[in-house]
Amino acid sequence: MNTVDRVLTAAGTRTAQRLLGWASVGTLAATAVAGLLLVPPDAEQGDVQRLMYVHVPAAWLAFLSFGVVAAASAAYLRTGRIRWDRVAVSSAEIGVLFCALTIALGSLWGRPVWGAWWTWDPRLTTTTVLLLVYVGYLTLRRVADSPARRAQWSAVVGLVGVVDIPIVHMSVVWWRSLHQEATVIRPGTPTMDGSMLATLLLGVLAFTLAYSYLMAVRLRIGRLEDSAASAVMTTPTPRATAPRRPAAAVDGGGRGA
Amino acid sequence: MIAAVATAVATKDLRMELRSRYAAGSVLPFAVTMLLAFGFALGPDRPLLAQTAAGMLWLSATFAAVDLFHRSYRTETEAGALDGLRLAPGPAGAVYLGKAAAVAAQLLCLVVATGVVVGVLFGLPLGAAPVLLLLTAALGVVGLSAIGSLFGLVSVLGRRQAALPVLVLPLVTPVLIGAIRATDAAVSGRTAEVGGWLGVLAAFDAAFLATGFLVYVHLLED
Repeated sequence: MNTVDRVLTAAGTRTAQRLLGWASVGTLAATAVAGLLLVPPDAEQGDVQRLMYVHVPAAWLAFLSFGVVAAASAAYLRTGRIRWDRVAVSSAEIGVLFCALTIALGSLWGRPVWGAWWTWDPRLTTTTVLLLVYVGYLTLRRVADSPARRAQWSAVVGLVGVVDIPIVHMSVVWWRSLHQEATVIRPGTPTMDGSMLATLLLGVLAFTLAYSYLMAVRLRIGRLEDSAASAVMTTPTPRATAPRRPAAAVDGGGRGA
Repeated sequence: MIAAVATAVATKDLRMELRSRYAAGSVLPFAVTMLLAFGFALGPDRPLLAQTAAGMLWLSATFAAVDLFHRSYRTETEAGALDGLRLAPGPAGAVYLGKAAAVAAQLLCLVVATGVVVGVLFGLPLGAAPVLLLLTAALGVVGLSAIGSLFGLVSVLGRRQAALPVLVLPLVTPVLIGAIRATDAAVSGRTAEVGGWLGVLAAFDAAFLATGFLVYVHLLED
């Protein structure tokens, strides 16, 4: 717990954020250059296969984010510290973004390779259910009527989601295997060239750095939001503290304040 | 203690349904209306209707169930009943098991009644494997209730009811797939296939009854 505290505090400083931001910009640019210019096109799929260098890292990031949501949710339910709720919601927002990106990129890749925007492929279907579960998570947060309830409820969904996904995947895999449709060409080549693998790993590193950066920024926003909210709650409004004045004066001059 | 609290909660809910007849008078007609609408969407083609019957049965039951989950907690918000549940002795999970049991019992009646309607409208041969179908229905409704009784509470405490379907429907994906496939396999005589799907349903039921039992306290407490 202490180590986590230290990491969170260190990531919260402006210097750390700037460093993470520039590191992710640098590695993302390097991934783009390597993926688009340096690495040779795929033998079977040609240039389309280059989508892999963003699709796979985006998918990795979605799963990483939702894993963090589950861990932070469990930590919140155990400790009741609001910080874990901030970690969970920050990660969930980033996760929903990258999960949607994964599906969109996969769809763009599937159109030329599979001949369709969508197939009922188990991974594709599970990823979509995953996205919907965490969209539900974010919806629930907007429905809750108090911060404490919001934290409790969403922590429960964060945990339930992670229990659900393996069962969803299992059932979809099985459902597909019983209903064989036209065989689709699997994306990716069975053996991967060394330079392709290196670019892919670079992409994974770049996306992970971007995740760390987004998390650090989002956590700071969360902290500021919470402190602003509590400041509003504890600080009396100027009107309440101002000395009583004639009603006419308040009406005349008080509006703009 | 757990069993006593769960039984008390479940008995209370079922007695209330017997007196108010909400599920019978409002949820069941909703499910039947939906089945008619599905029929209009598919057209009067007999083989197509029979082929999709299992799916239509579980879809209409699931959508109608969302209303039932909301209703199950709506009544608890009146006259401070929720505080009574919070003060119940033993773990809060016992209250959850009681609520889930009562909703599951009502849903089972709903699925059986809807099944008869599907049998007539869509030509689903229910007589083919009555025991397997009943087992599928039982395991399926327990899975739906395990999720619905957990988040139904959220729909009455929150600001908007709309969050409930958004939350529940993706989570019950395995129940839908498992129950529909098991029903389909049972009526078309593929008995060997049914067992596997019942296994999926049983695994889901066990996983979510256990999870719900453990986390319910966090939803109930204020």
